[in-house]
Amino acid sequence: MAKLLKIRFSTLMLILGLLFLYVPMIILVIYSFNSSRLVTVWAGFSTHWYAELFRDQQLLSAVWMSLRIAFYSASMAVCLGTLAAFVMTRFSRFRGRTMLSSMITAPLVMPEVITGLSLLLLFVHMAQLVGWPADRGMATIWIAHTTFCSAYVAVVVSSRLRELDLSIEEAAMDLGATPFKTFFLITLPMIAPALISGWLLAFTLSLDDLVIASFVSGPGATTLPMVVFSSVRLGVSPKINALATLIILAVSIVAFLAWFWMRRAEEKRRQPVQE
Amino acid sequence: MPELLSKLRSRLPSGRTVVFGIPFIWLLLFFLLPFALVLKISFSSALIAVPPYQPVFSYVNETLNVVLNFGNYLFLASDSLYVAAYWGSVKIAFISTLVCLLIGYPMAYAIARAPLQLQLVLLLLIMLPSWTSFLIRVYAWMGILGNQGLLNNFLLWLGVIKEPLRMMNTNFAVVLGIVYAYLPFMILPLYANLVKLDTSLLEAASDLGSRTLNTFWRITLPLSKGGIIAGSMLVFIPAVGEFVIPELLGGPDTLMIGKVLWEEFFNNRDWPVASALAIVMLLLLIVPITLFHRYQSKELEKNG
Repeated sequence: MAKLLKIRFSTLMLILGLLFLYVPMIILVIYSFNSSRLVTVWAGFSTHWYAELFRDQQLLSAVWMSLRIAFYSASMAVCLGTLAAFVMTRFSRFRGRTMLSSMITAPLVMPEVITGLSLLLLFVHMAQLVGWPADRGMATIWIAHTTFCSAYVAVVVSSRLRELDLSIEEAAMDLGATPFKTFFLITLPMIAPALISGWLLAFTLSLDDLVIASFVSGPGATTLPMVVFSSVRLGVSPKINALATLIILAVSIVAFLAWFWMRRAEEKRRQPVQE
Repeated sequence: MPELLSKLRSRLPSGRTVVFGIPFIWLLLFFLLPFALVLKISFSSALIAVPPYQPVFSYVNETLNVVLNFGNYLFLASDSLYVAAYWGSVKIAFISTLVCLLIGYPMAYAIARAPLQLQLVLLLLIMLPSWTSFLIRVYAWMGILGNQGLLNNFLLWLGVIKEPLRMMNTNFAVVLGIVYAYLPFMILPLYANLVKLDTSLLEAASDLGSRTLNTFWRITLPLSKGGIIAGSMLVFIPAVGEFVIPELLGGPDTLMIGKVLWEEFFNNRDWPVASALAIVMLLLLIVPITLFHRYQSKELEKNG
């Protein structure tokens, strides 16, 4: 009886917790179709705010800027993060290991204001010493995002690398493959799912960042979170609800596809066992 | 020709060094070095110039001049605003972490005990909100908590309250916002830990006559210590330096250090004071960061 009660308690908390996570989002979506400017009063169904959203040139160019930065940052972060993860999981003791591992874990929790300020000071010093970057913008945001995103990629990829059966890599090398060939022909295909999820994670993290980008950006580069923030600061606006709805929709579609694909991969992996 | 090639190869750094060197140098340059610069600028003083601070090192007439200004730190210690902001941040972050743990632990436990197929779906459901925009998730509460907001309207309609409660722009709203935004980061490490829990231990305890609650306190909870520490640090450390949530949901009496640092930097353009604030915050967080690092590096290096 007691056991039943406890399972019920944690399940109940799970349901309540999921409600807590989702109710505010559902409300956001519902009120994006409100025809009134007041977000809290329902005045009838309308898609007016969506039309308004697509007429906002400043917002659209910020979206384009953010997407480009996120794409470049995620791609670079996957390269750096995978290298770091490979070093951490495959190399035995070496000099600088503790330092590398702290430089991987610290960005995960570092308050954004500190990271932002420190990178800005670096770029200012670099401009004084080597003349680059002359003005801050897309390139500096790209470097900043790559740095903190690669830490997340390293964690995702290293957990996959640890799960892998080392004997396959060892067999390849015993048969005469060079470490490089082994990595590209054996390891890389096996960690591909982790690389994809790491890339997606880095992409969303970069797309989402306000604080670090605000510090290291210049007048030329305005990202989507900066536009949203300056609008939200002034109060609630149905246009932001419409934007939120589109973001939620896009993320849900990608998550659903990822789930579907992961389930299929799981089924495929089980099949040989059943036969 | 082959000799030349092998000679050339021996001159070049080995593949191993390159694989290690690229991420190492990148992080050294763009993560570690910047902190040294923050430390340097925290000993400077503000100046109306580009960049807006006095140089710390200068080389004039074959002498290296180092001017260290401790004024920023003395200023932080003497002004009660800053002390109150540090204290306020730690307090709010601590309460939020505790609430996250109390909500997140049973949730993670329930997911870890669910059938395997369902676990994946539930984890995706937990993660999904955090893949949408952080700003927008905080913004969602602005429409709910306001005086004319949905929650007040709902409570008035129910008849629970006679007049609107002031929830927006309070510390309550900030804690709620942090819990809402960071809950997934608490659940994930807890789940990763609880799912590995050997259920035979629990069965053994129950066979030996241990009550469920007793088993929980004496076996499940101690074994999930690592997950609790990791989850708590993932919430606590960023929450101390949080800027967006106190800015959007907090009121004028919400003093948090991330917000103060932002204002010093962007509004007052006092980079040295902002740097000193960052250094003191970092010192404050060094113990939690070390705790988190110890757990995380164990995770990184397992079977490594």
